[in-house]
Amino acid sequence: MSELQSLQERIRAAAAATQPLRIRGGGSKDFYGRALAGELLDVSALSGITHCEPTELVISARAGTPLAVLERELSAHDQMLGFEPPRFEGRATIGGAVASGLSGPRRAYCGAVRDFVLGVEMLDGRGQLLRFGGKVIKNVAGFDVSRLMAGSLGTLGLLTEITVKTVPRPRAECTLRFEMDQERALESMARWATRALPLSATAWHDGALYVRLSGADAAVRVGREVLGGEVISDAEQFWDSIREQRLPFFAAAQELWRVSLPSHSPELPIPGPAMIEWGGSLRWLPGPQDSGTLRELAARFGGHATLYRARVNPPEGTFQPLLPAMLLLHKRLKAVFDPQGILNRGRIYPAL
Amino acid sequence: MAFVNDVIDRLRCVLSAGALLASTEELKPYECDALTLYRQLPLAVALPADEAEVAAVLRACAQARVPVIARGAGTGLSGGATPRPDAVVMSLARLNRIISIDPLARTARVQPGVRNLAISEAAAPHGLYYAPDPSSQIACTIGGNVAENSGGVHCLKYGLTVHNLLALRVVSIEGEVLEIGSHALDAPGYDLLALLTGSEGLLAVVSEVTVRLIPRPQCARVVLAVFDSLAAAGQAVADVIAAGIVPAGLEMMDRSTIAAVEPFVHAGYPLDAEAVLLCECDGTAHEVEEEILRVEAVLSRAGARECRVSRDEAQRLRFWAGRKAAFPAMGAISPDYYCMDGSIPRQRLASVLQAIREMEGKYGLRCSNVFHAGDGNLHPLILFDSSIADEVARAEAFGGEILELCVREGGSITGEHGVGLEKINHMCVQFGSAELEAFHAVKSAFDPHGLLNPGKAVPTLHRCAEFGRLHVRGGNVPHPELPRF
Ligand SMILES: Cc1cc2nc3c(=O)[nH]c(=O)nc-3n(C[C@H](O)[C@H](O)[C@H](O)COP(=O)(O)OP(=O)(O)OC[C@H]3O[C@@H](n4cnc5c(N)ncnc54)[C@H](O)[C@@H]3O)c2cc1C
Repeated sequence: MSELQSLQERIRAAAAATQPLRIRGGGSKDFYGRALAGELLDVSALSGITHCEPTELVISARAGTPLAVLERELSAHDQMLGFEPPRFEGRATIGGAVASGLSGPRRAYCGAVRDFVLGVEMLDGRGQLLRFGGKVIKNVAGFDVSRLMAGSLGTLGLLTEITVKTVPRPRAECTLRFEMDQERALESMARWATRALPLSATAWHDGALYVRLSGADAAVRVGREVLGGEVISDAEQFWDSIREQRLPFFAAAQELWRVSLPSHSPELPIPGPAMIEWGGSLRWLPGPQDSGTLRELAARFGGHATLYRARVNPPEGTFQPLLPAMLLLHKRLKAVFDPQGILNRGRIYPAL
Repeated sequence: MAFVNDVIDRLRCVLSAGALLASTEELKPYECDALTLYRQLPLAVALPADEAEVAAVLRACAQARVPVIARGAGTGLSGGATPRPDAVVMSLARLNRIISIDPLARTARVQPGVRNLAISEAAAPHGLYYAPDPSSQIACTIGGNVAENSGGVHCLKYGLTVHNLLALRVVSIEGEVLEIGSHALDAPGYDLLALLTGSEGLLAVVSEVTVRLIPRPQCARVVLAVFDSLAAAGQAVADVIAAGIVPAGLEMMDRSTIAAVEPFVHAGYPLDAEAVLLCECDGTAHEVEEEILRVEAVLSRAGARECRVSRDEAQRLRFWAGRKAAFPAMGAISPDYYCMDGSIPRQRLASVLQAIREMEGKYGLRCSNVFHAGDGNLHPLILFDSSIADEVARAEAFGGEILELCVREGGSITGEHGVGLEKINHMCVQFGSAELEAFHAVKSAFDPHGLLNPGKAVPTLHRCAEFGRLHVRGGNVPHPELPRF
């Protein structure tokens, strides 16, 4: 029996017995979302690149394929994953990257995981094998279920194979550092983003703003002249330490809040250290924080707050609660793909 | 009939005077979208003026179990907005206000009836624009763009509609307003923004759209490359992408298109060429210069007999003029044309174009190709004359065969125009019954009684059985050893 068939059998049996299953790729994001009961369904053996067409800027791989394997293949063709997902010590898989929907430093300038997903093959909660999307850049036949899977944390199906669009590696890159406080950094990031500059990442932390420029040699050179600042030498390491959350800021925090806001929202009136990414759209805060206050504040600006890393199943929930009408719609969609409610039950919200 | 009068009365109550059309002559302009092969008068046309009226119309129709078909500008090419006799068409045309433009956040909040181009015009004073640019952009609405996930010439580099949206307000069939997405870069819960984009009015009615704006590039230049063979031009497109170049636009026109447009626009396309490629590079002046050199090198290596680079803005626009005039020009050389829309891997362009050529003989009809080559998005224009017996049927059969070929080559029956009514049978070729059932179930999750644009986009399994087409899975057809064209 193939690996796929045995996963399919497991799901069918679990559905018949209404036995919850806990889907796991590399386990690098076990911390993310609510902890689960249920039998472990390990996808890591479902591994390998199935289709790599460098001339099409498209790659397909089985869900358990480590990102590292994918990235190695792509870099041989001078390509990369545009959404720069965290690899978390090499444990992250493409399935987990898509299911969690977590994107890296390039997100604000190049797009999120979902923007690069072209197609998925998946097992739904009945064990049916379904295929959505495809391997082409443009495809509007049927509802876009493959993008819906990005960020659904395995609650709608077990991804078995994924096709993503890749991007050419930029020909030039350079990172600039500016000493400035948070308020000025927010203002600068917003202003620079309105100009035709080849921005590919921004981060503010500990009194300094970092700006990465990527693209054609000429574009990066001109960008550097326009912006000024000091060129940093260990740029790749620096962005990796943010992408992989190895910066001491992340490691030191017992609890970590991820606050997603419209980019130009002002500095949050919350004392203590902070770390900002994505041109101001992503703000990390160490915990503990009063969840009610923080979520109300985020909502007031038009955003939301996630208790990204915490002790097990905090009573306040990992994700900002949905309004009743939205929750109802979510429950109905969950029932479409997983009528017995066996897949990663409760990982996002108790009701899903 | 009694219930019909009831609904009409109810709608008159919730709308302002003159905003409900029910007489035959008033309904006539709504009998079709830009796919004029299908025509049908609706029960009535509602013209709500704001979101509250949209909700009231939906509530009234839901109560009476009367179907509702949302309509933007009616430029759709797949019959998505085609009426049916038992349905109310709800035009969003009066919701045409740009609510706000926030230059620092680089966003525009607009009502669904705002025209695509109007957004860029309103953003222009800030040096910003809305990137997706369907050729119909002077007329089509942003609500229609969301419903179709429309693309355009510049989507190769800047993404489709789905990549350029931040948030929607939508009204459910029950008349409930939902906020989808957010002004941040993500939202809690499932990515309903992605699910709703391209849902062809089947899940909810879009009542407000927040789009992302981007800085206008400082400079743009276009390379016009001339080819003596269609196959070489197709391969050249694949080579550009393979070289790691993502130009702002990469379009192709074949010989018959060139012959039709050149007399119109005098863009200087050589009439003896088999194909012309237009490759646009944008960015800073230096960046463009660098990219143009790379593009020229790739195109020459791929066999371009000539590459012309636009010297100034006037010449750039002239190079594009032919591409832009292609549709009207076809209208002048043929009584009717049928615009298909399939997508394929770019590596397959050369062979698929060749296969289409051969089908011309089989169906006894001409076909011109002018399309988004860089995206692998074909737009074969099948020329026919509806006054000649059986030409419509032949044109449809020709189109159908092209779509099936696209699926076999690993592509899709629609790259950007949507399924609508037109391609509903071909959905049976692209998807198996399990996927189609999942689509129906998704629709029911939003619209339990099936009242929003019913009968479009997703075929019933019964229909597929009748259509009798074989579902092709992942490019695997039975008897792959047999030649297919
Ligand atoms: C000459 C020409 C060139 C074209 N070029 C392109 C091109 O380059 N790229 C491209 O992608 N398309 C192109 N199109 C197709 C068409 O313009 C697009 O599909 C466009 O997005 C349709 O917008 P509309 O406002 O006219 O929508 P309509 O045709 O009115 O409706 C289209 C669909 O959207 C639904 N809908 C409309 N408004 C709403 C709403 N507010 N809420 C929910 N559902 C809604 C309708 O029910 C229908 O299913 C072209 C069409 C023409 C005639």
